[in-house]
Amino acid sequence: MAQGTGQQHPLSIYFWIWGLLFVFSAGSYATDFLGDGYFRWALILLFMFLKAGFIVAIFMHMKWERLALIYAILGPPVVLLVLVGLMAIEGDYTELTRLDFFSEPIAPVGHEAEAAH
Amino acid sequence: MAQDGLTTTAESPNAAGWETIVTDWSADKQTFRVPWGKAMMWIFLLSDTFIFSCFLTSYMNVRLSTPVPWPDASTVFSLTIFGIDMPLILIAIMTFVLITSSGTMAMAVNYGYRGDRGRAAALMLMTGGFGAIFVGMQAFEWTKLILEEGIRPWGNPMGAEQFGATFFMITGFHGLHVSAGVIYLTIVALKVLRGDYERGGGNYEIVEIVGLYWHFVDLVWVFIFAFFYLW
Repeated sequence: MAQGTGQQHPLSIYFWIWGLLFVFSAGSYATDFLGDGYFRWALILLFMFLKAGFIVAIFMHMKWERLALIYAILGPPVVLLVLVGLMAIEGDYTELTRLDFFSEPIAPVGHEAEAAH
Repeated sequence: MAQDGLTTTAESPNAAGWETIVTDWSADKQTFRVPWGKAMMWIFLLSDTFIFSCFLTSYMNVRLSTPVPWPDASTVFSLTIFGIDMPLILIAIMTFVLITSSGTMAMAVNYGYRGDRGRAAALMLMTGGFGAIFVGMQAFEWTKLILEEGIRPWGNPMGAEQFGATFFMITGFHGLHVSAGVIYLTIVALKVLRGDYERGGGNYEIVEIVGLYWHFVDLVWVFIFAFFYLW
């Protein structure tokens, strides 16, 4: 079997990352007390990517794997950005059509107003 | 056969960057120089990434497409503790519990490779315990939302109907993963404790494989926490 290929690292690195993840989580929780806005959203994304990055790189040992494995695993999810982009456009479009066709008219207009009399 | 996989380093010992990808993928040999179990777990996790991404993307889509205001997660998930209204406090505690379990899991992997199976099994059982606490708190959260707040998959009193559908789907699927992970961890921990892996010459690769799954569950929570609860 593949002895000696196991991931063996000093425990201290795990404690460091553990502590960092606590700090980042506290940070992202703290953003809840900020008002909505681009600054808050940027902070949420920043803490999210920092946490995700450290979990994958250190806890899941991706940092020490060979590039063939790293790219095979981390490459494919990048195409999901295309899906996210398309669905964002589609979502906005659906909202506009709903506002157009399903919202209550503010007041009867045209011949509908005349028919009501 | 397996030995062939290790000869390329000798053929191109100074390979770096893209060169290693070419040598690893193009030679007639094993591509991933990790035990097959670990490679398969990574590929499973990749497929799981796509499942959760589809859920989160559809959540984004329905949230963008509804003209009805989205319920404010900060107030929906608030708890009153000792008379003080704490926004998202339960979710924050759940996040810390899951991170703590990731830490104990990472240490279990370390002790596993050292051959200290008593400590490795104990840490894995601790990890599973934190996972069970997480699922318990989630059950509490769901109960409160369903019974007290009146949130249903088809509607709720606070705003957009899609809130309940996406909430129960996403957190439910994640909770299912945590529950499965607790069972998986417990089985492997008991096998480690019993000494089952000593027969294969003391190979504790399995602890790292379980660990990959567990860290992934934590990873998914990072995204759910950011997009569903904080956004």
